[in-house]
Amino acid sequence: MTAYNTTELMICLAARYLEDGSTVVVGTGAPCAAAMLAQRVSAPGLMIMFEAGGVGAQLPTMPISVGDSRTFHRGLYAGSMAEIMEACSRGMVDYAFLGGAQIDPYGNLNSTVIGDHDHPKTRLPGSGGANDLASLCWRTMMIMPQDARRFVPRVDFVTTPGYLTGPGARERAGLPAGTGPHKVVTDLCVIGFDEETCRMRVERTHPGVTREAIAAATGFELIWPDDVPVSEAPTEEELRILRVEVDPYRYIIGRA
Amino acid sequence: MDTTEGGSGTLFVDPDADVARAWFRTKSRRLESKVTTVRDAVRDLVSDGAYVGVGGFGTNRIPTSLLHEIVRQGRRNLGVAGHTSTHDFQILAAGGCIDRCDVAYAVGLEARGLSKVGRRLFETGALQVTEWTNAALAWRYRAAAMGIPFIPARVMLGTDTLAKSAAVVITCPYTGIPLVALPALYPDVALIHVHRADAYGNCQIDGITIADEELARAAKRVIITCERLVHTDEIRAHPDRTRIPWYLVDAVIEVPFGGYPGNVAGEYFSDEEHLRAWMAADTDDASITAFVDRHIRATADFGEYLAVCGGLARLQALRAEELMSIPRQDGVQP
Repeated sequence: MTAYNTTELMICLAARYLEDGSTVVVGTGAPCAAAMLAQRVSAPGLMIMFEAGGVGAQLPTMPISVGDSRTFHRGLYAGSMAEIMEACSRGMVDYAFLGGAQIDPYGNLNSTVIGDHDHPKTRLPGSGGANDLASLCWRTMMIMPQDARRFVPRVDFVTTPGYLTGPGARERAGLPAGTGPHKVVTDLCVIGFDEETCRMRVERTHPGVTREAIAAATGFELIWPDDVPVSEAPTEEELRILRVEVDPYRYIIGRA
Repeated sequence: MDTTEGGSGTLFVDPDADVARAWFRTKSRRLESKVTTVRDAVRDLVSDGAYVGVGGFGTNRIPTSLLHEIVRQGRRNLGVAGHTSTHDFQILAAGGCIDRCDVAYAVGLEARGLSKVGRRLFETGALQVTEWTNAALAWRYRAAAMGIPFIPARVMLGTDTLAKSAAVVITCPYTGIPLVALPALYPDVALIHVHRADAYGNCQIDGITIADEELARAAKRVIITCERLVHTDEIRAHPDRTRIPWYLVDAVIEVPFGGYPGNVAGEYFSDEEHLRAWMAADTDDASITAFVDRHIRATADFGEYLAVCGGLARLQALRAEELMSIPRQDGVQP
């Protein structure tokens, strides 16, 4: 069996959740790699969209920016940011696919500041389109490495909405009904969200990863169902396509 | 409509549509040549304290020559809309030109990393900051373009992004749902780089338009740089391709490779090596200032900057990367 690093693992497993024929807006980096991989392995009709306006590109290589010319290479539509965001707002985009710096048990993301907003310890880039996409797309998928600094009981700043404070909170705030976090794919496990509490629930553990290791890498209690299956390891085919076609220069998979 | 909740951020620009209408009423609609120079356009149309909207997407189709000239002429206390503002923000931050920012995305350089000089502006309190999102800023431009003081939307709701914005939550008069009211954003000046423009300012853009159509309609003044200045006959042959019409535009300057070191679709790819050189210099104030002195303040104009960065040979390599590096698929999906 071919060895793989944790970034390759996350990308391969996340790619399997994107259904053929669905629409997905992706951020740069691992989310984009996962969507490209899905398109080549299991979902040839996956429609990849970029927030700057590119739709339906046949991506020749990994874009460096979600607005560079690769994002509409051999595309079906070179539109605008408003058109993409308005398609999301109309309810026509199935998946938002994001990364993040910090996440809480309800899937709220922080990419704005570490520390106090007005006197930050560390300033991060901000929402970009993440808040918009997670507000408006039907399902939000996230890829992020799991450790107790990132998986925290409360994020320093809710940049991007997960389930906010719990059941019904999104709808009360005015976010479209039936939207919200779907899966978080980490380097240790796949996390879903409990329907009753809207809190994180472990759905799969990755090969060789113990429950204790996952608990140690999480700053809060995760819900554990009685039966948690083990993820199927990346296949030879997935790894080959990821390394040869999706990210030959190892921009993303070289970061593990 | 009830106002139930609002952000604590500062609203930097007056959203009053009637004030804006009075301004737009005075704008020339005559077909007259607006061809000028980068130096004169920045001198005449970008004043200290102005609020600036930058076109493109951080490293894609950005108006680099205008941003550099703002640094060269030492503009101070500018406000900026941080609508995926990456290398453009880095230039203005390194030049010491900004004191307030409507931020959706700044400091970051997407997959390339972060700008430390940009980050310091936020962390030292040198900048007044109001939070937004990319869609919110695009729609704020759209509200201004529509001549209305705000536009309702369904983003930012329930988050700290809203709490630190200058938006308010209202109740929909038809359905009763909460909506965010995004105030119209009328920049004092928009800086936009396009593929082709005629002397009057009719502009063609190849590929994605990002938020430039909305920005050009929202801004009180618009400065256009273009890869090629073309005859109006070329515009008239394809009027459907005009993305920004002349009556929005105040100045037109032909600046070949004007989006360098960023990517301009179908023209040249981004110069990743040079962007890495910016990042390598972007460690502390002395280092980035020396870099900006050498590349921007010590060069007379954008042409000299291009020469310092490797000149025609480098630009040809970037053109080859944009146009020739991808195998032709001829219908076969890679």
